[in-house]
Amino acid sequence: MNAPPAAPPRNVARDDLLAIAELVAPGTRVLDVGCGDGSLLTLLEATRGVDGRGIEISQKGVNECVARGLSVIQGDADTDLVDYPDDAFDFVILSQTLQATRHPRHVVEQMLRIGQKAIVSFPNFGHWRIRGLITFTGRMPVNNNLPYAWYETPNIHFCTIRDFVALCDEVHAHIEKGIALNAKGQRIGLNAPWWFWNLFGQQAVFLLNR
Amino acid sequence: MATTSDTASAAPPPALRSNDALNQADHPASLVACFGPDEPLLLDSGHRLDHLQIAYQTYGTLNAERSNAILVCHALTGDQHVANTHPVTGKPGWWTDMVGSGKPIDTDRYFVICANVLGGCMGTTGPASTNPATGEAYAVDLPVITVRDMVRSQAKLLDRLGIETLFSVAGGSMGGMQVLQWASTYPDRVFSALPIAAAARHSSQNIAFHEVGRQAVMADPEWRLGRYLREGASPRKGLAVARMAAHITYLSDDALHRKFGRNLQDRDKPTFGFDADFQIESYLRHQGRTFVDRFDANSYLYLTRAMDYFDLAADYDGRLANAFKGTRTRFCVVSFTSDWLFPTVENKAVVRALNAAAASVSFVEIETDRGHDAFLLDEPELYATIRGFLSSAAHARGIGTKP
Repeated sequence: MNAPPAAPPRNVARDDLLAIAELVAPGTRVLDVGCGDGSLLTLLEATRGVDGRGIEISQKGVNECVARGLSVIQGDADTDLVDYPDDAFDFVILSQTLQATRHPRHVVEQMLRIGQKAIVSFPNFGHWRIRGLITFTGRMPVNNNLPYAWYETPNIHFCTIRDFVALCDEVHAHIEKGIALNAKGQRIGLNAPWWFWNLFGQQAVFLLNR
Repeated sequence: MATTSDTASAAPPPALRSNDALNQADHPASLVACFGPDEPLLLDSGHRLDHLQIAYQTYGTLNAERSNAILVCHALTGDQHVANTHPVTGKPGWWTDMVGSGKPIDTDRYFVICANVLGGCMGTTGPASTNPATGEAYAVDLPVITVRDMVRSQAKLLDRLGIETLFSVAGGSMGGMQVLQWASTYPDRVFSALPIAAAARHSSQNIAFHEVGRQAVMADPEWRLGRYLREGASPRKGLAVARMAAHITYLSDDALHRKFGRNLQDRDKPTFGFDADFQIESYLRHQGRTFVDRFDANSYLYLTRAMDYFDLAADYDGRLANAFKGTRTRFCVVSFTSDWLFPTVENKAVVRALNAAAASVSFVEIETDRGHDAFLLDEPELYATIRGFLSSAAHARGIGTKP
């Protein structure tokens, strides 16, 4: 199998993992879609005592997870979520994977079908640095968070925070909570307006329900 | 520890299986459990076996809670000699790298049981066993058996051993079929399940290959309508051809090419005859020859038939997920990229059904060019997977590192 490389390396997203973990109620059933090497599942099992499962597209990631004792299957978020029954999980998490899916809308809809709640984190393409790179260099941005050139990136569906909020509207998902993290991993004040989030949030984490 | 015998096989008589192999059917170099007419085995065919013998090996120690037992299910031509010297061939057991002290299936921690399957020829009742009613081998009078019959017979053995719940059931190929059958027939007795390179049903192509093998056996005049043991004959040629054809399906095109290519066997140029010019021919002939020394031809017919009949979903209105409805067993499904006999897609169908049943399931596809037989070979990723899966399950089950 030729799995594409995993979406952004996990170590740049430690802060968003911690933000996600805070949103997960202890002792719940959790599915991590695109679980990579299992960092988030391990964190959730250790700190929240969840019954965790994962799906990961890369064979290497899956093998690492299973060897660590995690319940993970090799699969594709775009095609394999349909196999799960309704309400199979309390939380379905998509961490740093939305932008690598072929059908983000379908994936979010499936997440809210098989889970009571969904948590989605993604890099915000509306961040001022990215806007700046495009504006001033006239080229697709490549930096530490977005390390791939446009022709080899697995990230085919970048969006901004405002784009994602609009998608939630379209699929009738209710945003229970939103968190934006700035470039230093610090949270942006809850009272800040959307345009501010969209400009200064480098990572976004959303808790959704139906 | 298991009783083991280190008897190496004597050179087989030209027309027969070795006496060592023949004797194993009734007097195996293994532990034995016998069941009489007071506890008959009811078969899927509607028949019943009033006399059942099960030959088995054990490794490690059962803990005080009787919670650390792992049942290993062997494949079509395997047997109960998982991790000891084989009493007929004198070779190491078939899963020596997997099962043992400090191995992924760690006998310092777990109590491992492997029984020869029903229909086999290494001491569990099969066509080469003596029928107590006639004093002669059952031969083709043995009722046709199924994978579920095998599993039912293993459950009787566990009852006898006083083991209510298995910590795990593990096996590859036909062994994996038994694992799936165990998990669906006795969900409360299986804490974790490891079906490797298996499928929930035998495909049309696989039935076709088996039919070729059976026809090769039955076309051999020495098969004598199945009564060869009584008549002092043996369909060696037919069984060898069956094994040769089957062996190709256990490997991959890439692996064969890497190993043999078009290399010639002990010669510089083709002989323009039908001798084994190519190394691959010589290799297959050797595989066929050694196989018939240790395996009963009728057993081969019965066991291939059992695999052909295997279709787990058929017992549940065609919906495989129903076979695992409400299951609390933890599953780890493993497939190999170059396995075209039990390909990844068949293993994934099992995973999909388990997901639909909201079961706890892991699935690993291991990259290898060694084909179906990879489950028997040195595959570090397979070892790491099984070690990790079992350790985490043992933690959940409260099994310590020592019994």
